[in-house]
Amino acid sequence: MGIASTTSMTGVILTALWQTLYMVFWSTLLSVLIGFIPAIILTLTAPDGLRPIRPVYEILSFLVNVFRSFPFVILLVLVIPFTRLVVGKAIGTTASIVPLTLSAIPFIARIIETALRETDAGVIEAAKSFGASNWQILWRVYIKESIPRILNGIVLLIISLVGYSAMAGTVGGGGIGDIAIRFGYQQYRTDYLVVCSIILIIFVQLIQMIGNHLYKRLS
Amino acid sequence: MIEISSVRKSFRDVDVLKGISLTIEDHEIYGIVGQSGAGKSTLLRCINGLEPYDSGEITVDGALVNSRDKSALRGLQKRMGMIFQNFNLLERLDVYGNIALPMKFWGINTRSQESRDKIEELIRLVGLEDKAHMKPRQLSGGQKQRVAIARALVLDPQFLLCDEATSALDPEITKGILALLQKINREMGITVVVVTHQMEVVKQICGRVAFLYNGSVLSQGRPEEMFIKPAEKEIQSFLRDKSELLPRTGVNIQVFFVGEGSNEPVITQMARELGKDFSICWAKLEDFRENVYGSLVLNIDEADREQVCNFLSSKKVAWEVLT
Repeated sequence: MGIASTTSMTGVILTALWQTLYMVFWSTLLSVLIGFIPAIILTLTAPDGLRPIRPVYEILSFLVNVFRSFPFVILLVLVIPFTRLVVGKAIGTTASIVPLTLSAIPFIARIIETALRETDAGVIEAAKSFGASNWQILWRVYIKESIPRILNGIVLLIISLVGYSAMAGTVGGGGIGDIAIRFGYQQYRTDYLVVCSIILIIFVQLIQMIGNHLYKRLS
Repeated sequence: MIEISSVRKSFRDVDVLKGISLTIEDHEIYGIVGQSGAGKSTLLRCINGLEPYDSGEITVDGALVNSRDKSALRGLQKRMGMIFQNFNLLERLDVYGNIALPMKFWGINTRSQESRDKIEELIRLVGLEDKAHMKPRQLSGGQKQRVAIARALVLDPQFLLCDEATSALDPEITKGILALLQKINREMGITVVVVTHQMEVVKQICGRVAFLYNGSVLSQGRPEEMFIKPAEKEIQSFLRDKSELLPRTGVNIQVFFVGEGSNEPVITQMARELGKDFSICWAKLEDFRENVYGSLVLNIDEADREQVCNFLSSKKVAWEVLT
C-alpha cells in the first residue's frame, strides 16, 4: 500500500466520519426535541398521571408501538416522498436525517416516558400538597428529577443511531458504516473494514463514557 | 380550626371513611390514631384536598375544602404544610433547594434577601446548619424528615399535617422529631395534626386524639383517659403487646394508677392487710407528655376474688377483672 492510497483512505474515512457525526447529531437533536411531546402527553394522560385520559393514552401508546415495530430499512424507503417534501431531495446525507429522525422519535419518546414515570409518586404528592399546579409539577418535579435517566436514554439513542446510520448508506447518506460496507465488504478492502470498525468502537465507548460521567454529576 | 363533619369516602365499593366528625382546635397537637387500614391517612389527605371526599364537609376556619375549586384549594393548601412517612424530598435538589421549592410554586423570589433569611432560619430551626448543601441521599432518615419539616413550614402555614411522619424512623430518632414538632407547636403556635399507629407518638405529644377504627371515630378525647383504661375492645387490642400473655388459671385483675391514686402503695398495702398471695403478671408505666400513668395485672386465686375486689374498691384506684 503506497502513501497516496493511505492519504486517500484517510480522506475517505474523515469525510465519512464527518457524515456520521452530522447524521447522528441532527437526528438525535431533532428526535429528542420532537419525542418529548408524545412522552409528556403519555406521562400526563397515563392512568397514574396528573390528568388521566384513557383513550388519549391508549391511542398514542399504540401509535408509538406501531412506529417502533417498523423495520428501519422499510421505513427508509416508505418515507422517501416525505423526505423529498422536507429536504427537497431523497438522496444524500441531509436527506437521510429524515428517516433516522422518524425512526428515533418513537424510540426516544418511550424512553423519556419511562424515565418520567419513574419519578417517585410520593414526591409528586408532596408537590401537590404545597399547591403546585400540574405544569409546575411537570417541569419542577417530573422533568427535573428525571434528567439523569433521560440522559441515559439519550446515550442509548445515540449509540443505536450510529448503527442505523450505517443503513442510511442505502439512500446515499454516506458515513462510516457505509464505507465499511462499500469499501471493506464489497471491495474486499480489509483495511477499511478494520479502521471503520475501530472508529465505531471508539466512538461508542466515548459516548458511553461521557454519558456515565454526566449521569453521575447530574444525579 | 379544622371542622370535619360526617365525612364519607369510598374507593370503588369499599367504604374507607364512614361518616367522620371531629374538630381540631387552634394551637393543639391532635392525633388521629388507629391500625393501618383504619382510614386515618385517607382522612388526612381529604383535609389537605389531596383526595376528594364523597359527602360531608371539611372546613378550615370556615372555608370549605373542595377539591373541585382548584384555586380556593391551593389557597388552603398553602396554609397547611404537610410531611410524609417517606419524606418525599426531591433527590436532585440539596437541602436548601428542597426547602425553597414550595416558594417557587407560589412565585416567590427565592433569591431575595427575605427569602434567603427565612430558609436559613428554618435550616437552623431543624438543626441542619452544616448540611444545607447536601443532597437527600447523603442524609439519614431523621435528617430527611427534618428537611421535610422545614419545607412544610416555608410558606408560613397555620397547620402542620403529619402522615405517619415517624413510622420509618427508629425510636431514638422519633423522639427527636417529636420534640421538634412540639417546639414548632409551642413556639410558632402552629396547629399540628399527626396521623400515626405508634402509641409513643400519641403519648409524647398529643393533647387530644381520635381513635379511628374501620372508617369510624370510635373514641375521642385526652389520650391518658382513652388509653390507660380503654372500654372499647378495639382500643384494647390496639394497645395489647404480644408480650402481654396472661395466666389461664385464677383471676386476672388490672389495676390502673391514674391521677391521685398513682402515688399510693396500694399493692404492698393489700399484701400486708389481706395476707393473700398473688403474682404480678406484668406492669407498665407510661408517660403521657409530662405525666406518668401506670397499670399492672395481678393474678389471684378464684377464692380470694371477693376480698381483693373489695379492698381495691376501697382505694382510690381504678381496676377491672380481665376476661
